[in-house]
Amino acid sequence: MESKSSQRLKFYQTGTHTVGNRLLDDAKRTVQASINRSNAITSGHRACQGCGEALGARYVLDSAMRVTEGQIVAVNATGCLEVFTTPYPETSWQIPWLHSLFGNAPAVATGVAAAYRVKGRNEVRVIAQGGDGGTTDIGFGCLSGMFERNDDVLYVCYDNEAYMNTGVQRSSATPPAARTATTPAVGDAPGNVFGTGKFVPLIAMAHNIPYVATASVADLHDLEAKVTRAMSIKGARYIHIMVPCPLGWGSASNETIRIARLAMECGLFPLFEAEDGRITASSKIRRRVPVEDYLRTQKRFAHLFRKGHEDTDRIQQLQRMADYNIEQFGLVESGEQQ
Amino acid sequence: MRKQMEGSQAVAEAVALCRPEVVCAYPITPQTHIVEGVGALVKSGKLSPCEFINVESEFAALSVAIGSSAAGARSYTATASQGLLFMAEAVYNAAGLGLPIVMTIGNRAIGAPINIWNDHSDSMSMRDSGWIQLFAETNQEAVDLHIQAFKLAERLSCPVMVCMDGFILTHAYEPIDVPGQSQVDEFLPPFEPVQVLDPADPYSIGAMVGPEAFTEVRYLAHQKQLEALTAIPEIAAEFEAIFGRASGGLLQSYHTDGAETIVVALGSVSGSIKEVIDTMREAGVAIGAINITSFRPFPLEELRHELSEAKRIVCLEKSLSPGLGGILASNVRMSRRGTGLPVYTVIAGLGGRPVTRASLTDIFTRAASDDMDDLTFLDLNWEAINEQLSRARDIRHSGPIAENILRTLNPGGVQDASSRSAT
Repeated sequence: MESKSSQRLKFYQTGTHTVGNRLLDDAKRTVQASINRSNAITSGHRACQGCGEALGARYVLDSAMRVTEGQIVAVNATGCLEVFTTPYPETSWQIPWLHSLFGNAPAVATGVAAAYRVKGRNEVRVIAQGGDGGTTDIGFGCLSGMFERNDDVLYVCYDNEAYMNTGVQRSSATPPAARTATTPAVGDAPGNVFGTGKFVPLIAMAHNIPYVATASVADLHDLEAKVTRAMSIKGARYIHIMVPCPLGWGSASNETIRIARLAMECGLFPLFEAEDGRITASSKIRRRVPVEDYLRTQKRFAHLFRKGHEDTDRIQQLQRMADYNIEQFGLVESGEQQ
Repeated sequence: MRKQMEGSQAVAEAVALCRPEVVCAYPITPQTHIVEGVGALVKSGKLSPCEFINVESEFAALSVAIGSSAAGARSYTATASQGLLFMAEAVYNAAGLGLPIVMTIGNRAIGAPINIWNDHSDSMSMRDSGWIQLFAETNQEAVDLHIQAFKLAERLSCPVMVCMDGFILTHAYEPIDVPGQSQVDEFLPPFEPVQVLDPADPYSIGAMVGPEAFTEVRYLAHQKQLEALTAIPEIAAEFEAIFGRASGGLLQSYHTDGAETIVVALGSVSGSIKEVIDTMREAGVAIGAINITSFRPFPLEELRHELSEAKRIVCLEKSLSPGLGGILASNVRMSRRGTGLPVYTVIAGLGGRPVTRASLTDIFTRAASDDMDDLTFLDLNWEAINEQLSRARDIRHSGPIAENILRTLNPGGVQDASSRSAT
């Protein structure tokens, strides 16, 4: 696709499984592998090394640009993505982009979509995006309203499981036992509480909107396919993407993809698609791992593994959550249950 | 065409004549009839093309308008009271982004105690948000100000609030001239945004600005309001030329020539004030009035000129800044600084209390002989106040103030704690 925002890119990776793998057929390559790929978020932004959100957002928007031939407008909630892409007086955005407030991105996107509809420019599509705080907490009312009206907006939540932009505070997407600045690893039950959980993809499905999916930066082809599918549908759509945060999770910045993959392989983060309120597909786990393998990669869970004081009870509780997901979402092929 | 109609319906029709492309609706008394009216016009096809969006909160209502305005659509919403406070963050944001949204405020008190009736506390809470605030004295003016508001907002790329008194105007039936479409089309050109979200020419709107430029951006917001001081009278003159009716402007004077006492007020209470002034003028009292239409920008110079002959000023206002007193009075004092003239503040009509001719006559008469305090609460029930003060002094667990006051005013109407526990 050629557009104003195209930028010819060089790829240095060969023979690897990273971006632009030239060993694959053209059809199987990622959007990012094309020398003529669009470039919604250009280089020079201020994301941390290993930022899952920067990667996820680029794949989402570039995929959407390909599907719509560049006819997209992005609305952004306040948060890391907003801050690191627009360090004054620069901007990384090569597409029209609007930031209003922390809690209103879905409603602002509704307004943008309404304006294009009333002007008869139906080719222009709208993507709203926010982190987990902006989506599952402060923007939740506006999100539900946008879903319920079935406004023509794809909302993408980049879930790094806490308020990272303000310095790693707990959100309703923070997993149990995780250490954050507001759930410190002290006392009898260090880290976040074991609440009842709030998995927004299921709440999105309860609105019977035409498309809901979860995705991960560990499987970028899958992410692109889901964005492509979402952009082929009119109405309210929701994609919830796991994006590890090296800073907030206390993980190595070169491990972002591996950690995201472990989250899938242990079952804590299920990948699935749903249409009109019903699950239509889920990604099967090829190599199932215990939650411990995932938890040990991150300092936010380090208190569970203190030498001689392993918190086996709570590790088991997390394992049960993973087991429940595997059963509920059918993450293991029948007959392969380990 | 002049016809007998409800103020809200007239405003709904006037808004529709301005051809808004996106209207966001969320109900709150006493504004609700306006968005209902616009909604009916959209649903019936009389206002087309227009997207009428029922949202889930006032915060969403203005947020949708922010999105649609930024994408180049003429956008409108309406709210009041708690609704305006609930959207407060978006109110400031719309102004900061320079989006020419027009919003009606059906002025209503703010709780607690919850109260659905009229005063100006809601609009006053947003006076520093960067919106232009126009106050209508009559329903005819409310109609005319809405038509002017779209032109003003879009000329300056600045949002405009048209404030009209809840119930007193919104629910009053009276003869109102709602103009024809061709006149409005002649007056109001199509919306040409200065910034628009468009894939053909991408902008980043709403990027972060640090200390290196924030003051400059804020100065420009102030500068825009100063430009409005010129634009508002210009647009009022353009309106008069087409519609043959003077309406709007920065302020309106009534018998200020030779007036020693000048009463300054906002909104519909000016009608009552004028009647009292007529009577007092007949009795030989040198008194006049100024109705301020544009509260933001505040017309300091124009007011200074109008007040130059006065010996005293009475600010009659339907809002209160607890711990300070009058908000309007504080602004009016800015225009009279250095003169040492007394500026009396009269707090009146809070939470819908009627502002009667008798009370106005009494307070203006006292003002004319400088026989009053700097701050007066009109028709305050001192018996109820003193009883509550003594109750709070005597009993630590004295209970909720609002309920106590009601019990004082209406013994037996509200059960006290002892009788309630017995039942």
